[in-house]
Amino acid sequence: MRDQRFLFRALTSATVLALALVGCGSGSDNGSKAAPKASKPTGSITFWHFFTDREEKAIQAVVTDFETANPGVKVTVKGGQDDEKMRQAIAAGKGPDVGLSYSTDIVGNFCSTGAWQDLEPLIKRDKVAMDSLLPIVRSYTEYNGKRCSMPMLADTYGLYYNKKMLAAAGYTSPPKTLSEFDAMVVKLTKKNKDGSINVAGFVPMLDFYENSAAHLAPSWNATWLTKDGKSNIGSDPAWKAMLEWQKSLADKIGAKELQKFNAKKGEEFSADNAFQKQKVAMMVDGEYRIAFIKDQAPGVDFGTAPFPVPDDQASRYGAGYVTGNIMGISKGSKNPEAAWALIKYLTVNNDAIIKLANGIKNVPTTHAALASPKLEVDANFKTFIDIFQNPGSQTSPSTGNGAVYQNQFGDFVDKWQRGQVTNLDAGLKTLDDQINKALALGQAP
Amino acid sequence: MTLTLTSPPVAAPLRKRRRRQHGTVLLLMGPWILGFLIFFAYPLVATVWYSFTRFDLLSPPSFVGLRNYRYFLFEDPNSWKSLRNTLWFVIFMMPARLISALLIGQLLVKIRRGGSIYRTIFFLPSLAPPVAATIAFAFLFNPGTGAVNALLGRFGIDGPLWLSDPAYAKPVLLALGVWGMGDVMVIFLAALLDVPNDQYEAAGLDGANAVQQFRYITLPNLSPVLLFTAITGVIQTLQYFTQAAVASSLAAGVATTGGGSASSLGYPDGATLTYPLWLYQMGFKNFYLGYACAMGVILLVISLVFTIFLLRRSAAFLGPDAAR
Repeated sequence: MRDQRFLFRALTSATVLALALVGCGSGSDNGSKAAPKASKPTGSITFWHFFTDREEKAIQAVVTDFETANPGVKVTVKGGQDDEKMRQAIAAGKGPDVGLSYSTDIVGNFCSTGAWQDLEPLIKRDKVAMDSLLPIVRSYTEYNGKRCSMPMLADTYGLYYNKKMLAAAGYTSPPKTLSEFDAMVVKLTKKNKDGSINVAGFVPMLDFYENSAAHLAPSWNATWLTKDGKSNIGSDPAWKAMLEWQKSLADKIGAKELQKFNAKKGEEFSADNAFQKQKVAMMVDGEYRIAFIKDQAPGVDFGTAPFPVPDDQASRYGAGYVTGNIMGISKGSKNPEAAWALIKYLTVNNDAIIKLANGIKNVPTTHAALASPKLEVDANFKTFIDIFQNPGSQTSPSTGNGAVYQNQFGDFVDKWQRGQVTNLDAGLKTLDDQINKALALGQAP
Repeated sequence: MTLTLTSPPVAAPLRKRRRRQHGTVLLLMGPWILGFLIFFAYPLVATVWYSFTRFDLLSPPSFVGLRNYRYFLFEDPNSWKSLRNTLWFVIFMMPARLISALLIGQLLVKIRRGGSIYRTIFFLPSLAPPVAATIAFAFLFNPGTGAVNALLGRFGIDGPLWLSDPAYAKPVLLALGVWGMGDVMVIFLAALLDVPNDQYEAAGLDGANAVQQFRYITLPNLSPVLLFTAITGVIQTLQYFTQAAVASSLAAGVATTGGGSASSLGYPDGATLTYPLWLYQMGFKNFYLGYACAMGVILLVISLVFTIFLLRRSAAFLGPDAAR
């Protein structure tokens, strides 16, 4: 009995100690400090990015250029990293000096929590001309007026079409309005004897590769959030119009057959991609697909164009969805001066940007790089350069909780596509309420 | 007469010896206590504390009372769905794995020649890494190019969309679970080999048939092992994550990390959105770490309820010795 009491006391003491340790949680430094005096960057830094294979080599080549230009700096590059790993490493104080993310959805969280350092003091100190960057790029690299990231190339989304298939159906140019588009899709769709789809003119399901609500939204001028950060999906009629168009086109082709076709598609980033296999005549994708097609399916004769717009908004044709890669300096970086030097090199040095853009086939983010004759631009890539510079192009707003509003809309769309939503207006209002509650959960009570 | 309240003189060395004994015990238990502190007590206490906070891993947690629990119970559109999905796996997959493992084990005990070959064949799938095994199953059940629908097609059957159909996605994962039941089978096999043969011989002489022998000899002898596998099986199934994550990403056609996989988790129509998947999505993709901790605490409570239920019911099913 006495021994049991002793054991109980020992365990209780251990648990109390654990409880005390909980109080020693991580702190954060959100304050904007004055920039240290400029000095020549030296020493070693770590740089994490998510690229692999062909794209990783392109990044390494530019980093090597940076090391040549800055002989005192050694950069240790780690490819294939993702945001979660980086976030956890930063929280543990072991984050890379420089991190590169593929998702602008993290900007809100990284800026507001200080995971990435405020770059404004360094930008001011070094007189970096921020107006050399396009306004849309500046918008997705800051959050609530705080700039903790810089853009390293952008992704722009548009329509890919199979030239041979369009020509065989009697079309000489891509569609500009939705009525033209719908007629083409129906004509381009080829069915088997059993009614199943052999070749789809277009797959309107909003989970088919990059055919997502976010990427189509600019064509309807649909907005996600109100100015005060609340969900605008139920109030903005553009969303309802987009969903109704999506359903009507799916019904014209055959919704059940499309579900089956969608389930049988090949993996997006493999050689089995349905467009690359010529099983789809048109699809939505980013400019990076050009390099994938060249690499994995060089025989496909394709063209690119902006996604068509509703017939009553023909003047808005040319706009599209824009997002991009972002870079920042981790909280606790031991060599922020060299880290900042690398970020500057990769984000505002036009020669480096052009080399990266030519290597990875992404869109450069500065006015000068876009206009440079050194930028390799063919007719297909030019489409994306034009979409990128179109004033009507849009991006997704950042929140402190990532893409929570997009994910909830995605769940709703899944139900909509399966015919489980009978009252669209009421469904969208309920969705607004759900999104607002989710956003409120991430805010101070 | 004076009453002396001091301890007898023999007590002092006794206390000394006890202190020394306690010191030795503490020293020997030290590594365990340290492990308990670091890997159990601290994380558990921290999780409970964070569940009452708004926390995103990067900034200090702020106390929000019961807000996370309120959101889970009344406002989260996916909390109950993910819980239902996980309970489906507990109710169907866990018993299916146990029953199939027990039956295969029973068969293997009876095999006189080549038993080791069959044991290896049935055990091997459990050694396959979960990600690789799930990818293999996704290829087999691919509606367009998979072997299963090709086979069904030979009999004139238009196979379903399997992992892309909300009605079939979970049963495919159940099949995957049963296929990999080798780990449980080995435990049952060892227990079955331990059942004294003379009990079967005596029962045979008394005229007991195979079913009666199984009911009155095999099951009671296996009861502690059955209870152990049932409890660990429930806890494992409540944490079912990897296979559901891989299967949903593959079915959605976006099995890459670079492009982000958050939106594909639970595909199709949330059918494979298990509780741990939703916890991960909320904690690490949407940065609601405090909320994810609340979900973790709720999962712990559910695990405890299941364990207590099994311990209590085991006496009824398996005899009074089962829970001892």
